[in-house]
Amino acid sequence: MSTPELVTTFWPATYGEDAKSRMGFFTDTSVCIGCKACEVACKEWNGVPEDGLNQLGMSMDNTGGLGADTWRHVAFIEQRRPLDISDGAPEDLVAHASLRSLADRVDMPTHEMGDFRWLMSSDVCKHCTHAACLDVCPTGALFRTEFGTVVVQEDVCNGCGYCVPACPFGVLDQRQDDGRVWKCTMCYDRLKADQEPACAKACPTDSIQFGPLEQLRETAQARLEVVIEAGEKGASLYLGDPDDGVGGAGAFFLLLDEPEVYGLPPDPVAATRDLPDLWRTTALAAGALLAGVVAAVVGGRQ
Amino acid sequence: MVPPGEPRSYYGQPVIAKPVWSKEIPLYFWVGGVAGASAPLALLASWRGNDELARRAQGAALAGAVISPVLLIKDLGKPQRFLNMLRVFKVTSPMSVGSWILSGFGAAVTLGAMREFTGLLPRLGRAGQYAGAVLGPGLATYTATLISNTAVPAWHDARDEMPFVFAASSLATAGGLATALTPSRSAAAARRLTVAGAAAELVLTEVVKRRLSERVGNAYHGGRPGQFLRAAEGLTGVGAVVVATSRGRRPAAIAGGLAVLAGGLLERWGIFRAGVASALDPTATVGPQRDRLNHREGRPTRYARSDGSTPSG
Repeated sequence: MSTPELVTTFWPATYGEDAKSRMGFFTDTSVCIGCKACEVACKEWNGVPEDGLNQLGMSMDNTGGLGADTWRHVAFIEQRRPLDISDGAPEDLVAHASLRSLADRVDMPTHEMGDFRWLMSSDVCKHCTHAACLDVCPTGALFRTEFGTVVVQEDVCNGCGYCVPACPFGVLDQRQDDGRVWKCTMCYDRLKADQEPACAKACPTDSIQFGPLEQLRETAQARLEVVIEAGEKGASLYLGDPDDGVGGAGAFFLLLDEPEVYGLPPDPVAATRDLPDLWRTTALAAGALLAGVVAAVVGGRQ
Repeated sequence: MVPPGEPRSYYGQPVIAKPVWSKEIPLYFWVGGVAGASAPLALLASWRGNDELARRAQGAALAGAVISPVLLIKDLGKPQRFLNMLRVFKVTSPMSVGSWILSGFGAAVTLGAMREFTGLLPRLGRAGQYAGAVLGPGLATYTATLISNTAVPAWHDARDEMPFVFAASSLATAGGLATALTPSRSAAAARRLTVAGAAAELVLTEVVKRRLSERVGNAYHGGRPGQFLRAAEGLTGVGAVVVATSRGRRPAAIAGGLAVLAGGLLERWGIFRAGVASALDPTATVGPQRDRLNHREGRPTRYARSDGSTPSG
């Protein structure tokens, strides 16, 4: 069915015969052109309400981030990098130097101090192997599907809000007029009909690739080598490692800079990893509380 | 470019989502704490034949058990679905465990109150008091577990201390309420509980503030949360001193007890607000994580602490 490191607590074990391959997204940000077709396709297919018509004043991104009404979010990062002299031909440097002295003479502000680049990345729910949202959900509304994805059952969720701060990526949020939490389902309905999710279907550059996770991991590794070979020394796979704090994710990324630049946590941990120790601490604290009452009542006159 | 030691972020946007809980939730942490510590106080006072104290503590536990579900249901996005909390029992969800604790506690202290106030079903009532004394400390502390078991840096990074802070604050506030309600001749145990609980609460809160990395600890020092916590310390400290020196004077005991009770409320409120502040600060999330990564990969760590020490967790 799948390599052991892709196995989650409930998938495939609890599904038996009905388990399908674990499906995932590989988002290759090196070919993202920032068209936001994924954002639109997701909204259209899933009937996600409007998330505010805002001018945020940050780059070309007026969506802001993932939330109850935003299940795909394209981040835009404008970067100036120090110019690497070995990158340019000597003629360029001569021209560069003369332009620079001209700019200095007339005291003209320029942007020639560094190279410019756009980074674009389509963010989504990570469908973690160790999903804190699923662990903390007190109603069982969040569950692991037969595809190994994480989905909220909207008819069970009572809007307790625990999953919202539990998610290390800030994916889940409560819909204001509705009270329940909503997030990416990896188009569970489409998956059941052997269709790829709307965002991947709409992506014109195949930046969003959908498929069996095992296969995607291999594709991603090969692509990473190509990208590094092409000169992107800072490229890395994000959430592709089964030993990271969320056990690797169903949606993972090829990034060209550090994760925090894209608004992603650099070393995310599912908080529930520490819960066994935390329960022990709690038992000690509860015991100390009881001992305190005993000492106060028994340890002197009434 | 990015100045040295300043974690990078996406236009200063938060990395994690802000907790959506309303003010009822920190209020519940406080009410549940008072009720949870009052239940064993009632049993033990009753055991020692101090019925005046036992009745008041049992009453406080019952009142807390009645108010708590109201606060919790009010906070739900879909209040009519509150029973879904009891659809499953999940040890991975402190909220699920807590829902069952609160349900059991409510039944237990109701039976206990029947015994204390009406004398009906004395044996069943005593069993209820025993159950309340066991479940009560769980009720008072699981809420700390609940908030610590999140991605919120100011809560998760304080997970080794938070249950003890809540336990101490619960002792202090239950003692404070009992001190304020009980005639002086029967309130010596309540006064001892107030003073010891308050002292522990003050010390443990200080431990939390000191042990956190600068980047995360800022949430407890600065802004409104810092003001709430300083006010909490003031009320708790002054109230405890007043209770300790009241020597049977009722007005002093009432004022001191209520001050400690109010201090406990501000303590929970301040801790809650500090968590929200740290969730909104991307550097509180990124800084310690970047340090952790750098440490693993043998690079210098410089984002969470000025002394460059290795962050935990």
